Order: sequence, then C-alpha cells, then structure tokens
Amino acid sequence: MSEQGTFRLKTGLAEMLKGGVIMDVTNRDQAKIAEESGACAVMALERVPSDIRRDGGVARMANLEVIAAIQEAVTIPVMAKVRIGHFVEAQVLQNLEVDYIDESEVLTPADEAHHIDKLGFDVPFVCGATNLGEALRRIAEGAAMIRSKGEAGTGNIVEAVRHLRAIVGGIKRLQSLPAEELASEAKNLQAPLEVVRAVAELGWLSVPLFCAGGIATPADAALTIQLGAEGNFVGSGIFKSADPERRAKAIVEATTHARDPERVAAASMGLGEAMRGEEIATLAAEGALLQNRGW
Amino acid sequence: MARGGPIRAGVLAAQGGFAAHLGVLRRLGVEAAEVRSGAEIEAVDLLVLPGGESTTIAKAIARDRLGEPIRRHVEAGRVLFGTCAGMILCDRNHLGLIDAVAVRNAYGRQAQSFEVELDIAALGERPLSAVFIRAPRIAEHGAAVEVLARHDDDPVVVCQGSVLCATFHPELTDDLRLHEYAVALCQRPDDEMKESGSVAR
Repeated sequence: MSEQGTFRLKTGLAEMLKGGVIMDVTNRDQAKIAEESGACAVMALERVPSDIRRDGGVARMANLEVIAAIQEAVTIPVMAKVRIGHFVEAQVLQNLEVDYIDESEVLTPADEAHHIDKLGFDVPFVCGATNLGEALRRIAEGAAMIRSKGEAGTGNIVEAVRHLRAIVGGIKRLQSLPAEELASEAKNLQAPLEVVRAVAELGWLSVPLFCAGGIATPADAALTIQLGAEGNFVGSGIFKSADPERRAKAIVEATTHARDPERVAAASMGLGEAMRGEEIATLAAEGALLQNRGW
Repeated sequence: MARGGPIRAGVLAAQGGFAAHLGVLRRLGVEAAEVRSGAEIEAVDLLVLPGGESTTIAKAIARDRLGEPIRRHVEAGRVLFGTCAGMILCDRNHLGLIDAVAVRNAYGRQAQSFEVELDIAALGERPLSAVFIRAPRIAEHGAAVEVLARHDDDPVVVCQGSVLCATFHPELTDDLRLHEYAVALCQRPDDEMKESGSVAR
C-alpha cells in the first residue's frame, strides 16, 4: 500500500537539500570534488553557464553517458537540466532516474510558449523565477522547488538579489492584503488564485526557495541566505575559480553559517582568484540575458 | 526537563530538513532553536539530528568539531532524535550512538522514495504516515536496540537509551506523535536514560 511520486515526496527531497549547496558539474571528476567538498547535490550539465555564454550555439540536456557516470560516481542526489518546454528530455531523464530535473533557462528553450506540465511526472522539478508571479506559475505547473534565476555564468550576484527580493517582498505584500483583494492580485501576478491564497496564508511559498545565478564567493552565498534563500545553487562560480575544491568548501561553510560574520570571514580566506565577473548592462545591451527566457 | 524548567530543543542546522523539525516542535509548544555550535548543543535537553545529506552533515560535524558535544549530550542521558540522515549519523560507522549499522540510500534513488502507513504500537492503534526519501536501511543491530516499528521486516524506528531514531521523515507530515514521543522521553528519570544508554563504540 505504498505510494510513490507524490508531491510530498517531491518537496520533501527539496526540504532535505535546505541549508546546502547544489553544485554544477560537467563530468564525474567534478562531481567527486563537489561531493568531497560537502555539496548536498550535484547538477549535471553539458557545459557550465559561463562556457555556454562564451561558446554560444544551442545548449541541450547533458550527454546521458555523462549523467550516468556522475550517478555512478557519487551517492548524493544527482539533478540534471532540461530545456524549457522539452518534455521528452524530461521523460528521458525520469527514465534514467535522476533525482531532480531543472527546467532551466540556462539551456536554449525548446518551446517559446509552454513550460513542461510537471504534474504529469513522478520525478520532481525545480524551476527558475525572477519574481513572485513567475514562481507561482511554475508551482501551479507542478514545480516542487523554486530557485531565483539570477544571471547564470556571470559571477555577478546583482540579478539573484533582485529576484530574491522580488519574490520575498511579493510574499510579504500578499500577506498584508485583505482576502477580497487576492483575486485581483492573482490576476496581476498571472497566477492561479488557489496558489496565491496558499502563499498568503502560509507566509511563504508552498515549496522550498533556493538561490541560483551569480554566486561566486562565500559572502555571496551568505548574502542570499540572509535575504531569505533556503539554500544555494552554484554554477560557474566553483569550477571557473582558481581553486575549485577550496572555494566549494568555503561556499558550503558560508551557506551553513551565513549569519555568523566570523565564520564567513574565515571561510573567505586563502581561496585565490574568484571567477571573472560580467557586467549585466553589457550583456543586456547584447541581448544576452538568460533570465528573460521563460515566462 | 532533566535540569528543571521547560524542555529546550535544538535542531542541528548544518544542512538538511531542520526547518520542518523546528516547525513540528513549535507546534507542540516546545521551545526550539537551530543549533550549529558545541555551546548551542550543550544548552539543549532534546537534540534533533535531521534528515538531509548524511555525507554533507557528517563533513560539517567534523569541520565544526560537533562530534564530541553530541556524544556528551547522549552520555549525559539527554534525548537525541535522529531522522533519516540523522539516523545514519548515529550508527556505528559515524558517531556510534546506537549499536546499529545503516546502509545509505538502501531503497535506491528518489524514484524509489515512497510513503507508507506504519503500525507503531508505542504510538497507539492509528498508523503513522511515514515518508521515506532516499532512505537508509538498518542492516544490523545489537540486542540493546529496541525496535519500535518495522516496514517489510526492516526496523524503521529504533531506540537505545536516550537515542531515538527513525529511518523516515516524521517531520514532513501533520502527525506529530513521534515528536511527542521524543519530547516525552525527555521527561523520563535520568537513571533510566543512561541505563541502556551509550555507546556502541
């Protein structure tokens, strides 16, 4: 009489990732380093976001052999990315038994109008959001975990901060509204009323909220936690830095001890060069912002 | 309670499902806080080791030198409640707080995670909804370990002295009885707690 693939099991796994760091990896060696450094999960992808940015072209789901090799190499949960709307990539990853799927703007979208119907899957999904309305639309589609989009591959935290503040601020605003105003607010947010009501009552999203997009230093990781994120995704920030293993450990430590400046300071020492950062305005001028993918 | 006054609970917040445990304890009216240091562990009557990634939490315990404070907590007869990864951390291969060996991810990946109703005599007749997420299995245990519940013959709730462990996540449902049971353990007399108490090392 046991049940599988329930929403409680999906959000439950995200609950167990809280306070932790999920690291982008492109091969089994990186996955081992991530696990050794204290990552609570790894995200398998073809190229880290900063390389996707540099190389251009179409970015797709990672090679399945690589994902399988990563699953073989580590005992922590393995996540993998699919293109927005590419439900067959998701079917394939479910078949491979990845632990979580990220329907991600970092890859080239496969559908310009529709996200995946995530309620139709047993495997849990995480999706990016830039504001509360977007987060609630993803939850309505079945996402069991939300992350800020930030601006992946830039090593610049400013967009993740903007998105976290928009989501957390949006939740506070909903809580302050009288019940009769929730319907029109749902319309403004372009999200279903039931989901909006649930957030107003709970005072938080009905699923865990993590930060992604631009974390490069232990201080960045602590900043996002202090702003309300319940855990961190780190992409290029680790394997594009001078000393990935030390930086990974430091970001893990700063995520746990985010509110203890002494610990964050200690974790920040002796890490060598961080990844090179990108100015958002320059990318925007080039039309190169990934966060505008998805709706 | 051992030191008089209301029970103070602490949930190890190194990584994992600490927020859900805090929510349950507070719903039970227990004063509960996140703990991340030896001094904070020292100050609580009930210590919860939550689920999460056991490798990640074990590394944090080593990095932050929390192993000794956790062992002292149990040696003093204070109650420790470990769930899922928290149970793994109590086993012979980790902190050695119960005489048992856990096998990690024993049911498989997330695809094999499941929910099931469990009969637990100690909690009354109504079954408890149990959420198993990438759960461990208790492969073997010594005679000092009391088995409070089984699923398919595997022990899933066990107790030794003041250490209570579940291989699943009671903090993810609205049924608070296992947490109530842990809180009630804090009210047992001290000598009873130490009797079969630590340690398997």
